[in-house]
Amino acid sequence: MVDKNLTVAKTGNEAMAEAMRQINPDVVAAYPITPATEIAQIFAGFVADGLVHTEFVRVESEHSAMSAAVGAAAAGGRCMTATSSQGLMLMSEILPIASALRLPIVMPEVNRTIAGPINIHCDHSDTMFVRDSGWMQVYCEDAQEAYDSVLMGIKIAEKAMLPMMVSTDGFIISHCMARVDLIPDEDVTKYLGQYKPETWLLNPDKKITLGGLDLQDYYFEHKMVAIDAMYKSKAIIKECCEEFAGKFGRNYDFFESYEMDDAETAILAMGSVCGTAKVAVDNLRKDGKKVGLVRMRVFRPFPAEELAKTLSNLKTLAIMDRSDAMSAGEAPLAIETKAALYGRKKQPKTHNYVFGLGGRDIKVEEIEDVYKEMLDFTQPEKNFDRKVTYLGVRE
Amino acid sequence: MKTLYKKPESLNDIVTHYCPGCGHGIVHRLIAEVIDELNIREKTIGVAPVGCAVLAYNYFNFDVTEAAHGRAPAVATGIKRALPDNFVFSYQGDGDLAAIGTGEIIHAANRSENISVVFVNNTVYGMTGGQMAPTTLVGQKTLTSPGGRSSCTAGNPVKVCELLAPLEGVKYLYRGAVSSPSKINTVKKAIKQSFEIQLAGGGFSLVEILAQCPTYWGMTPCESVKHIETELVKTFPLGEIKKWKKE
Ligand SMILES: Cc1ncc(C[n+]2csc(CCOP(=O)(O)OP(=O)(O)O)c2C)c(N)n1
Repeated sequence: MVDKNLTVAKTGNEAMAEAMRQINPDVVAAYPITPATEIAQIFAGFVADGLVHTEFVRVESEHSAMSAAVGAAAAGGRCMTATSSQGLMLMSEILPIASALRLPIVMPEVNRTIAGPINIHCDHSDTMFVRDSGWMQVYCEDAQEAYDSVLMGIKIAEKAMLPMMVSTDGFIISHCMARVDLIPDEDVTKYLGQYKPETWLLNPDKKITLGGLDLQDYYFEHKMVAIDAMYKSKAIIKECCEEFAGKFGRNYDFFESYEMDDAETAILAMGSVCGTAKVAVDNLRKDGKKVGLVRMRVFRPFPAEELAKTLSNLKTLAIMDRSDAMSAGEAPLAIETKAALYGRKKQPKTHNYVFGLGGRDIKVEEIEDVYKEMLDFTQPEKNFDRKVTYLGVRE
Repeated sequence: MKTLYKKPESLNDIVTHYCPGCGHGIVHRLIAEVIDELNIREKTIGVAPVGCAVLAYNYFNFDVTEAAHGRAPAVATGIKRALPDNFVFSYQGDGDLAAIGTGEIIHAANRSENISVVFVNNTVYGMTGGQMAPTTLVGQKTLTSPGGRSSCTAGNPVKVCELLAPLEGVKYLYRGAVSSPSKINTVKKAIKQSFEIQLAGGGFSLVEILAQCPTYWGMTPCESVKHIETELVKTFPLGEIKKWKKE
């Protein structure tokens, strides 16, 4: 299946831009922001070289980028943009409009923390900030997954009629070179096919109004449609992952289970840190410790049942968040995972770790320490005197 | 011995992060000299942009706050309204002021906020690596206009001074450059004029400064100053765009 000529070295940004070239969207509107800038910039090169037929709009802000994407998608186009951090913040007004209008915009999002203080490095605060905006969210571990997820994202978004952001960890994935197996252009074109929206603006056969005023009388019902669509998108994601595996040989799911079959203790995390955690798992397995890792990919729709089922046989579970929920008790991934586990007969003792804010590095040894703490925690009398452990922060 | 030249008190003695040949450092110095000359350092509050000048607060020896990208005029408005006796200026690049912050600058100007704006136009988004800005010259090659800016798909360069001039609230507009010693001296006078207008309670004023960006123009520092004088000035004519009339 793998064609040697299509095995290349690419950064996460280059891989996502390559996927965009193959997708050949009708409209791309973007405003630069570190560390996502390169995606649209490389794409601008494809436009200049005539490799895509895309209308490329150098808009004056992300607010306009997302608004232009909404306009283009409402007009029946396949359209994309890319951003990070403050850019996503500025888009945030438009994000729930895009999802409520059921517009399948796909957006590479390079995770960078949010100001203040101003900082350009990775954590998941930006995408977590908009986790309830009605966008599907996929968190990738490497450039290969980013490439695949953007391609698959188009398919999923168009079937679910919901927008999707595919995120990579800023600099760690976006700027690091890794092996990527590309899919031939013709195969991508065939796989994605033509976008055929059910309805679009200025279709004389089916006239519609989009985004009308909707007060106490119908707002709730219409919002329900978007909420339902998000629940239903789970089945679509499952089906698209299976199709992708069948066609291109790479397997994806809502989450990845690593050494979980007999694990008694595990870490649940998202993004590039999982690569580091896998090394820690391998090291501890050599010492006979029954540890595993669950790497969340799809955070929206949240795969509550599947996740709870996978985690319920564990004795202890560390949930590692790369963002904080500001006194909510625990951080986002922990809150949602524990809500999924709540009420089940069997469930692990959990502890929440918040790490890596603003790009603070986390090392294999620190993750091994988390596992050791969790192994210790398997003893019934052991407990934490705090709800959240902030890893690697100076006092 | 008579001192002819020294580091202004309003500048700190630290190593610069700006690229060799960049215009930002010269503009910093001019602002610092004017603040020293007007003897207002103790009451000055600067508002720094997001852009290459994001670290301006390191260089200035007075209070500086950082605004989100494009929002400096609104932040300066708030500071000035709360502390009307202080001297408040914003320092902004062309991406900050003429792209993402277009709304803020127009409305601060229209309300004639009593602030001074120092607008550094280097025709690119420098901080993010040299992409096309609304001020990029037609035909200019940037990372997002590799074939040169086309006015068909990307419009023509936005001339901020000319855009603001018709607003009644705008009291003074000047466009200068930091491409030669004489131009540097002239634009310094304009900065001083703008600052004096604020001190006299005169209202909104802005000084646009064409500044060289050798790194993202793909030129040597010498070529880049020449480029301002031969090319940029054709699109962005220098001089007083709106004269200060004492009311
Ligand atoms: C909302 C938001 N979008 C994008 C960015 C990324 N960004 C930082 S600086 C900058 C452009 C700076 O260009 P300019 O204002 O011309 O100043 P220069 O760096 O050239 O001095 C951009 C796009 C950001 N910080 N915030």
